[in-house]
Amino acid sequence: MVISNRVSSNILTVLKYAIVILGALIATVPIVVVFLASFKTSPEFLDGNALQLPHSFINFQNYVKAFVDGRMIVGFFNTTLILTISLTGAIILGTMVAYVVNRFDFKLKKVILGAFLVATLIPSVTTQVATFQIINALGLFNTRLAAIILYMGTDIIAIYVFIQFISGISVSLDEAAMMEGASYLTIYTKIILPLVKPAIVTVMIIKGIAIYNDFYIPFLYMPKKSLQVVSISLFKFMGPFGSNWEIISAAIIITIIPTLVLFLFLQKYIYNGFTAGSVK
Amino acid sequence: MKDLNYASQRRILIVTFLFVPIVLLCVFSFLPLGNMVYYSTLKWNGYSKNRLFVGFSNYIRLFSDPEYFSVFKVSLYYLAGSVLQLSLALLFATLLTFEMRAKNFFKGVLFFPYLLNGVAIAFIFLFFYKGDGTLDSILKAIGLGDLIQFWLRDVKIVNFSMVFTSIWRYIGFNFIVFLGAMQSIDKEIFEAADIDGANKWHKFIYIIMPSIKKIVELNLILAVTGAIQAFEIPYVMMHGANGTKTFVIQTVDTAFVNGKLGLASAMSVVLLIIIIIATIFQKQYFKHREGV
Repeated sequence: MVISNRVSSNILTVLKYAIVILGALIATVPIVVVFLASFKTSPEFLDGNALQLPHSFINFQNYVKAFVDGRMIVGFFNTTLILTISLTGAIILGTMVAYVVNRFDFKLKKVILGAFLVATLIPSVTTQVATFQIINALGLFNTRLAAIILYMGTDIIAIYVFIQFISGISVSLDEAAMMEGASYLTIYTKIILPLVKPAIVTVMIIKGIAIYNDFYIPFLYMPKKSLQVVSISLFKFMGPFGSNWEIISAAIIITIIPTLVLFLFLQKYIYNGFTAGSVK
Repeated sequence: MKDLNYASQRRILIVTFLFVPIVLLCVFSFLPLGNMVYYSTLKWNGYSKNRLFVGFSNYIRLFSDPEYFSVFKVSLYYLAGSVLQLSLALLFATLLTFEMRAKNFFKGVLFFPYLLNGVAIAFIFLFFYKGDGTLDSILKAIGLGDLIQFWLRDVKIVNFSMVFTSIWRYIGFNFIVFLGAMQSIDKEIFEAADIDGANKWHKFIYIIMPSIKKIVELNLILAVTGAIQAFEIPYVMMHGANGTKTFVIQTVDTAFVNGKLGLASAMSVVLLIIIIIATIFQKQYFKHREGV
């Protein structure tokens, strides 16, 4: 009995590793094959098997071609610009709302909080048809401001993360500062903002990744070539590069690299961010 | 500011701090919502001066013209896929909760796809499914070359290919949330169970499942509403061709390609109502459960 127990537990262990390794393979192989393709020359790609290693891992021709001919530099410029401005805006606005709502009592507080809550229930995909008319009427169509304003304004989850965090900061800190004559504005900038940094990191990661990966908003609101973000410059590879898969592969890898670097360096924060954001 | 007393400071701060966020909220969340409901009663292309009031006829058209309501069939693939996705996420999270070598490596690898750019994922899987692409090469390499299909061209298969891609993309999120919930279970409970001679299956059924039930249910609702909103993968990979059109693709095409803004708004309203019903159902369900 003891022996058979050990045998069955060994079988379970093998099974456990087999399942997890299979999962890991399914998660990585599609990306790795694209990575291999990105180093192949055109004839090499056409003749060989997709799983074959490239002749050389220092053949960066496809990368240069993707980056220059595919105008990915424009994409990275626009994405960086939009990302920086909208993240800064979202953090300032989000912390301001959270500070006021958490620290003060006023008449319409419940109504305002309720309004933000109801807004989370409206999936933005569904209202885009009407949002488009508003962006158009404001003269923001085909400007970076369209994306910036939409990323800044629609985020309510960030406000909740901030409220949760600020409510954990003791009010006695505010009171001590008031004893020394600090204004509420000073309390917000000198006490709340510095202490809320971990929540800011969380929001920056969740929102930053969402903005970097977004396709829908730039696709809809900024079709102009000079305004293309990373997602769109990658999307544009489909037409002109048709079946030049080795170049498209390089473009895919270029798009993935920033995400991979971020993930490797900020793993812990990323895990925490997504588990915290999901249990709102 | 320092010279004002705290009461007036407070009033000024409340107004100034809330002004911009509330304007943004009204202009970009509630105004579009109201407009959308209004547009849904119009025959309008979105820019001409001609706005013809047509009452409910957009809604009637939506439910009587198979071109519009048949896209819901495609949602069923994604719905079934999300059940599979949650089950697999639960399986991986459970396996990684128990002792294991290279745990962090596997955790990272299983989660990473969720962080990737949607267009990049769509392209990776165009490469994966194309003739002599990744999938065909793997099947050949392991001697299953006979199973090779037209993964994207065969109308009977293409939606399964889309759903597999979708699962690949989103499973990491469910997995990491489940794992987080499982790891927050008190270790002493497991130790007590060990003393009582519980095996892994007992632990899963009697300890893990009850303590993460709520999060599983929440993820189920998220997965259901997500399935109805499927857009990016079938749009970027197939442009909605070959029977892969989802409800959102149909809406975007109706509004921006065919210039039928009224009809598209009606579709959006219907989608919104479905999502609201699902959300209310979830909230009620949880309330009821908590009461027990």
